[in-house]
Amino acid sequence: MGRYLLDEVVRRYEGLRGGGSVEALRVPRLEVEAGEALAVVGANGSGKSTLLETMAFLHRPEQGRVLFDGRDVWEEGGALEARRRCPILLQKTVLFKRTVLENVMYGLRVRGLGAREARGRAEAVLRQVGLEGLAERGHRELSGGERQRAALARVLALEPDVLLLDEPTAQIDQDNARSIEKVIGGLRKRRQTTVILASHDPHQARRLADRVVRLERGQLVEEGTRSSAEGAAKVG
Amino acid sequence: MPRWVGVVLCALAALAVSRDSSGATEQILVLATTTSTENSGLLAEIHPDFERRFGIRVKVVAKGTGASLQLARDGNADVVLVHAPEEEERFVEEGYGVMRRAVMHNDFVIIGPEEDGAGVGSAKTPGEAFARIARAGHVFVSRGDGSGTHLKEQELWRRSGAALERREVTTIVKGGEKTFESVRPTGDWYFEIGQGMGKAITAATERRGCTLADRGTYYALALARPPRTDLTILYEGDERLRNPYSVIAVNPRGQPHVNFEGARKYIEWITSPEAQRMIGEYRVGGKLLFHPGAMPAGSE
Amino acid sequence: METFADALRNALHLVVTLDPGVREYAGRSLLIASAATVVASVLGIPVGVLIAEHRFRGRRAVVVILNTLLGIPTVVVGLVVYSFLSRSGPLGGSGLLFTVPGIVVGEVLLILPIVTAFTLSAVARTDRDVRKTTLALGASGHQALWTVAVESRFGVLAAVIAAYGRVVSEVGVAMIVGGNADHFTRTMTTAIVVNVDMGRTALALALGMVLLAVSLSINVVFQLLQGETEE
Repeated sequence: MGRYLLDEVVRRYEGLRGGGSVEALRVPRLEVEAGEALAVVGANGSGKSTLLETMAFLHRPEQGRVLFDGRDVWEEGGALEARRRCPILLQKTVLFKRTVLENVMYGLRVRGLGAREARGRAEAVLRQVGLEGLAERGHRELSGGERQRAALARVLALEPDVLLLDEPTAQIDQDNARSIEKVIGGLRKRRQTTVILASHDPHQARRLADRVVRLERGQLVEEGTRSSAEGAAKVG
Repeated sequence: MPRWVGVVLCALAALAVSRDSSGATEQILVLATTTSTENSGLLAEIHPDFERRFGIRVKVVAKGTGASLQLARDGNADVVLVHAPEEEERFVEEGYGVMRRAVMHNDFVIIGPEEDGAGVGSAKTPGEAFARIARAGHVFVSRGDGSGTHLKEQELWRRSGAALERREVTTIVKGGEKTFESVRPTGDWYFEIGQGMGKAITAATERRGCTLADRGTYYALALARPPRTDLTILYEGDERLRNPYSVIAVNPRGQPHVNFEGARKYIEWITSPEAQRMIGEYRVGGKLLFHPGAMPAGSE
Repeated sequence: METFADALRNALHLVVTLDPGVREYAGRSLLIASAATVVASVLGIPVGVLIAEHRFRGRRAVVVILNTLLGIPTVVVGLVVYSFLSRSGPLGGSGLLFTVPGIVVGEVLLILPIVTAFTLSAVARTDRDVRKTTLALGASGHQALWTVAVESRFGVLAAVIAAYGRVVSEVGVAMIVGGNADHFTRTMTTAIVVNVDMGRTALALALGMVLLAVSLSINVVFQLLQGETEE
């Protein structure tokens, strides 16, 4: 559960003022095994977010197919289901204007879970990320690191088959970054979750992933194992 | 966000909408009249008597004479009380009004600053007074709103011999068009403010100018405590300055929804000896504002 | 002649002693404003949300029209409503002219663009950030729309407050549609007009003070909400 095959996928955006379209992503082929941890590296604007959002089923690609557990959910139906199995921690963290606890409960409530059960699970996850004392804090009363951990808790609470993380530790301090990495690592060990991680930091990619792919101006240019990531780190 | 806020707002909304439907249990009579009549305070004084006797509440909508009559033509009023004989006759002739009765009369006065720069006080006729004002280029404030006062003012400008601009004013009445001539003297000392009597007097007070005012509104302002104007009466008393008030019911034939019964009762009441007595006793600052009854013969 | 200082002192006296005239006009104004704001909100907020959240042909034209209607002069609205409600007009039989409900109808039309346009703006602003996040967490299309709307609540409330302020302080609609009939449709603002005309400055000033106080409260609440809407 949580297996991907991307086949000739192209994402395009409409250019401004109708001046033609911009190709943001081109992936001839990408396979991800269930339970695998894949890192996507590349410079800013190279298409990492586009790739992750496509794999999170937020947008249908303009061309090509995304097979999830062997099915083309866009063509055969079940896109909402797939999206619910693949939550993504977006690059820009937006917390809802409610308490931390209510934020973490959101995904569960949206899936129809009762309030009491949702609360229980949310509180458990908050303990997991070390925010248990902050459950009743308002969304504006958190430090940068706490916000990011709350956002992480929000997706972790869903116990998903696939977890996508778009630059989860960018712009937060070392300590918080480290604790977040620890959570991600623990996740994989315990639950066999497929993890797709976008990072501009090749060292982080190496630390957390089994495999690294590289994007350059929207093109998937390199596939490789950890050793490839090391090579890229030396050059890049 | 406090939930009670929503509850309170809904309650207020319900209240606002329901309040006026309580009018279903009591009758309402819509009286269109002039601002000067309402501002004199007479109606506020005598209407409670009508409301007590007949259980009908009088809703007073005050605009200029022209607007009041137009209101009636459109069927938005049940009865009118105005002071513009020519307009009234036309209104009845065209079939919009019935049961026209004389109610009371007062007069117009020419007021201005005590210094009387134009020598209005020494004029022999109102026309001459206006001629003096024009000749001296003395500041003059006009209501300019087609009211009874404004119409009388225009009549006097015509008599004064001063240089006039004539304007054609076209209104639509009963499917046809009527065109009237409206006049104003040329000169930048003349100001049309397009508003009511009180405002005209206030404006004239500010600008140290003259104006033609109905005695009632003038007293209401001059004798208030504290006084609202320090202008004095420069010319008064001439026959041509008489100002007769009539009440007219809106013809139910053209406007079946009007409260004709109420209008009838109102007309009978206001011309009754009791109401006429009240009108004759109404004083502001010790001064009588209105003389009850029909005009002395020959002046309508 | 009364000096301004005298008038001011008398006005304060009227306000402090809760003069019945002041009370009646103020009460009527607040009632009308509340009723109109509630109705306009019930109508305008959902429309604003829907326009913000859906793309459709002619959407930009609708937004332009809405923004234009924001600044429509109150006397124009008053005139249009009067023509409709007049017995000689298309809605003749309504009997709403020169009544409080009639004024409410006119005020609703006046502030509907405000509520809708401000709601639209608030929701559109929220949407940029929030919508994607809700989808990322597994919300369906409808759930996303609902969450975006709820997240915009402070901005929407600001829209409602702004609309209330507009109603309370306007003259054109109340005067033309209401007729300024004393004890029936005289509001704070129309009472000010008639009393200034008659030189009854003290009463006019007293009402002006009450209006200012209401306006001040509205703006204070507005400011507090602005604080909330910022991240």
